[in-house]
Amino acid sequence: MSRNPYVREVSPTTWFFRMPRYMRYMAREVTSIFIGIFTVIMLVGLARLSEGQVEYENFLAALRSPVSLVFLLLALAFALYNSFTWFNVAPKAMPIQVGEELMPDMVVAGSHYVLWVILSVFVLFWAGVF
Amino acid sequence: MMDVQLAERQAELEVLRYNPEIAGEPKFERYSVPCKTEWCVLDALNYLKDNVDPTLTYRWSCHMQVCGSCGMMINGEPKLACKAMLRDYPGVIRIEPLAHFPVERDLVAVADDFIAKLKRVKPYLIPSDKRSLEEGEYRQTPAQLKRYRQFAMCINCMLCYAACPEYGLHPKFIGPAAISLAHRYNRDSRDGGRDERQEELATNEGVWECTFVGACSEVCPKHVDPAAALQQVKVASTVDWYLEHFMSWVKK
Ligand code: SF4
Ligand code: FES
Repeated sequence: MSRNPYVREVSPTTWFFRMPRYMRYMAREVTSIFIGIFTVIMLVGLARLSEGQVEYENFLAALRSPVSLVFLLLALAFALYNSFTWFNVAPKAMPIQVGEELMPDMVVAGSHYVLWVILSVFVLFWAGVF
Repeated sequence: MMDVQLAERQAELEVLRYNPEIAGEPKFERYSVPCKTEWCVLDALNYLKDNVDPTLTYRWSCHMQVCGSCGMMINGEPKLACKAMLRDYPGVIRIEPLAHFPVERDLVAVADDFIAKLKRVKPYLIPSDKRSLEEGEYRQTPAQLKRYRQFAMCINCMLCYAACPEYGLHPKFIGPAAISLAHRYNRDSRDGGRDERQEELATNEGVWECTFVGACSEVCPKHVDPAAALQQVKVASTVDWYLEHFMSWVKK
């Protein structure tokens, strides 16, 4: 008997509509676009800084516009969402086994959070917030 | 023993049928099957084959979730037909062959690609120090067993491939189960084959094709958590890269 397998094509543009879990995945991916745009804004800020005080003051003023504030809040929310979901899967990517037991997820994820807070405080301190 | 009377139910099945000898697309065929409420989907298919249409083709063997051959799409989700209980499917039950694989006939998916990938990643013990029979067995502590046991639970059912959109879009991807099994041997204290396996794993067709959708782990019937295995391989491969590049730079 000869074989004649039938191939079902997967659409490269609409595949993620097939399952809610694919939609959730895509939603999370889309949030990172905001973080990407935020990074570009920071680079623009650096460029303005190199052009002198007036340029930089204008840049800071633009950041305070209502549209910018809404965007920054969204970007912050998405960045937090990405960070939390990322740290929470850390125990999967970096399991630590002690003897016959795995370190509790709390400890592995928790140490990431602690490091995160320490680094954030350091950056804020360095930036002169305190 | 008390004779337990199981409730009856007329289950409506929509089964994708494909006959390779007749050209054309697979088509859904509708069947009404008298079932017991405590049956699984595989029981309903067996009833169909025994009593209605003996040409219906599908794979199964153990009927107890260990052989891994009865994987199929049930209402769009990759499932073991012997683990999918009818009571969890109140409406019409749509049954298709595993997604992302070509269809051999009816509900049988072509597994050739998965088998070839399994071979490539050498999922067997490559002893780090070869022992003669006289020297006795390789010993292992419970802690050493624990390091890989979860990944050894894989039954090669391919549900994770049917769930993985990356595999659907890029069939060259070695995929969740094969990489998890390679990882299982890499973590085995008796094994010394990691370098050979990395040739396949630490590549674009290997672990770097994975974007951590996580669907594989959600559908795996054996809680292998292939997504975790793949992220662990990524971490280890990244450490390799830094050691190789950074250490050679330090030595200069
Ligand atoms: S990893 Fe899980 S879903 Fe994938 S083949 Fe193995 S048992 Fe099946
Ligand atoms: S028949 Fe063996 S796993 Fe379902």
